[in-house]
Amino acid sequence: MAKVTIDGIEVEVPDGTMILNAARKIGGELVPPAMCYYTNLKDSGGKCRVCLVKVSAGSAKDPRPMPKLVASCRTPVADGMVVQSKSSPEVLESRKAVVEFLLINHPLDCPICDQAGECDLQNLAYEHGASNTRYEEDRRTFEKIDIGDKIKLHMTRCILCYRCTYVADQLTNDRVHGVLGRGDRSEISTYIEKAVDNDFSGNMIDVCPVGALTDKTFRFKSRVWFTNPLNAHRDCPKCSGRVILWTKGNDVLRVSARKDQYGEVTEYICNECRFDHKSMSDWTVEGPRHIEHNSVIAQNHYERTDLLKLKKEIERQIEFEKGVHLPPEPSPKLTE
Amino acid sequence: MGKKFLLEHVNVTGIETLPVYQSKGGYSSVEKAVKTMTPDQLIDEVKASDLRGRGGAGFPTGLKWSFMDRKSDKPRYLVVNADESEPGTFKDRYLMEKIPHMLIEGMIVSCFALGAKTGYIYIRGEYMYIVRILEKAIDEAYKAGFLGKNILGTDFSCDIYVHPGAGAYICGEETALLESLEGKRGNPRLKPPFPAIAGLYACPTVVNNVESIAAVPTIINLKADKYKEVGIGKSAGTKLISASGHINKPGIYEIELGLPVEEFIYSDEYCGGIWKGRKLKAVVAGGSSVPILPAELILKTSKGEPRLMTYESLADGGFVSGTMLGSGGFIVMDETTCIVRNTWTFARFYHHESCGQCSPCREGTGWMEKVLHRIEHGHGHMEDIDLLVSVARKIEGNTICPLGDAAAWPVAAAIRHFREEFEYHVKYPERVKDPKHFEKEPFKSEKVLTAAA
Repeated sequence: MAKVTIDGIEVEVPDGTMILNAARKIGGELVPPAMCYYTNLKDSGGKCRVCLVKVSAGSAKDPRPMPKLVASCRTPVADGMVVQSKSSPEVLESRKAVVEFLLINHPLDCPICDQAGECDLQNLAYEHGASNTRYEEDRRTFEKIDIGDKIKLHMTRCILCYRCTYVADQLTNDRVHGVLGRGDRSEISTYIEKAVDNDFSGNMIDVCPVGALTDKTFRFKSRVWFTNPLNAHRDCPKCSGRVILWTKGNDVLRVSARKDQYGEVTEYICNECRFDHKSMSDWTVEGPRHIEHNSVIAQNHYERTDLLKLKKEIERQIEFEKGVHLPPEPSPKLTE
Repeated sequence: MGKKFLLEHVNVTGIETLPVYQSKGGYSSVEKAVKTMTPDQLIDEVKASDLRGRGGAGFPTGLKWSFMDRKSDKPRYLVVNADESEPGTFKDRYLMEKIPHMLIEGMIVSCFALGAKTGYIYIRGEYMYIVRILEKAIDEAYKAGFLGKNILGTDFSCDIYVHPGAGAYICGEETALLESLEGKRGNPRLKPPFPAIAGLYACPTVVNNVESIAAVPTIINLKADKYKEVGIGKSAGTKLISASGHINKPGIYEIELGLPVEEFIYSDEYCGGIWKGRKLKAVVAGGSSVPILPAELILKTSKGEPRLMTYESLADGGFVSGTMLGSGGFIVMDETTCIVRNTWTFARFYHHESCGQCSPCREGTGWMEKVLHRIEHGHGHMEDIDLLVSVARKIEGNTICPLGDAAAWPVAAAIRHFREEFEYHVKYPERVKDPKHFEKEPFKSEKVLTAAA
């Protein structure tokens, strides 16, 4: 086990944990944002440079600071490491810089993009970005293509986090798609359009942090904050069958996999569950899904709050804001 | 005439063939190393010689060798970085084309020192004709018993392969080179883990530049003390400088480290002075990635001492008034050069070559190129100059590999030393419409810009 201090709060984590995961264990505002890291995808992370933090002491044995800012999603902790996330102005500067860079080739598609309301880039820009842009040049553009039967790829919106290529590589046996080209002309692509047809390809849509890969069956149907997300499941031989149903009244507009509080899918679902079952009778509804109160989707949402759970969580927060040590977690996490 | 360790026999007819090379003392270090020395002694010898990496970073070679993971029982590799893509650098090409056996000899000795049984030469795809030359030389070495199984009757076996690249500057970065060698996209990896622990196929690997490896036979033959006699301070030995630009005698020069820059540019033994009787304006001393320096700062440091061709002297003054020796791509510019156009050309190069993995470099290089394009063609605004400095500062240090830094430094340095010229382009766009705008009348500023001709 290793003890790490992040922004003055100490936490003990197993050896080999990444700094980002240690920060997530503490929770709260000091967690660095992450655009390209995905916990259950091997080799992901380290590319977008949004999660950079300052390591002011490498370890108890070697307390020299690390010379450059490091990517917290790919740097393992060492016993006695001291990390500065939002308490360092250098880190905040670099976050602003990376947000600016991510936005310069990103088209102003929010009014017509399906991901609006659940877009990681929107959230990131809102929290860490500047209010206007300095970029006056032309942006690079691509044509919209169908990368799978029911998946549309808008390459102009892509921030090249590579998550979709990892999901495609690690959930299937074949190499179905990858990145062609170099620099800002690189594109996610298959060699032939519509060639992605394996049964778990729809997970690309959930994994994409921006609106580059979108669900064609949901395209332009509704804004996501007008829908009601419900937890549901069905008996599926291929996958766990546990999904979120995005409904409006009695219509199921979209089916997607369940994500945890960091927007990461924990259980992937098959294409049949995702695209082929759009009626309420196909599903056993478990109940309304908990939505974080600061998400846009929560504005139209009602759920029964578990007051006892909420009280315990607030007490826990107060406890460690006061002191330096993180008390043990009370019970299963807030998410499914 | 300075001492020549590498190019002493380069003009002998047939030096690219093994018999002629051997008649001039070639391959004697292989004999000495495998028969009379241990790997540890070899590494200590290279460490003691103060040899620094000749590819651009200048990292002490002996120290890099000592990082090789000895405890693991995975096979070890030596990879020679012949992906010479740094603009202004063409020394490795000359060395490999004219005296391929020097590189092979160096590789055999280095493989023995590192405990590596396989060596790879990763050479840029544009040098395809040199691949043929190297393969021929390697063939000769196999036939003569210097490669293959049981070299010279000892139990040391070694194989060398040549692997061409396909036209990417990023594959000169060591981890991107290893990715490309493995057959994947040439995307740099995150460090740590360093290649000495987990490199090619996750096995301990050392990546060195062609010239660094080519210097090893000399170090073994002469021993570290004699090698260190050439040079000053921590810059030992000789370096190949690829001199180009507006000089009378461009070409490759092997210089002793410690040569004064003024002598290098103006003496007839080396570059022969600025051509057409013009005056010196600026110099890029080590390939396009190092900061550009105006004439008065390249000949003397900011303290007034004469600048020498060494790692320390050229870096004197940090980035405010210094530069770096880098790869030795010495580009000389005279008074008719437009610095803005030059910076735009460099920015175009980095934008084209960025691999696209991390956001600052991928987007930032394109941004800088577009802004510089506007300024050079007369559509710039005054705020653009500060914008460029701000973008360069935001890229630096936030990237996975040093290409981001290499793209940011030239822009920041050009604006730091030649800001007036940028402002001139913004204020008088009609005067810069002609691409050769300074050829008829060199740019004049209030500051003293010319040096002794």
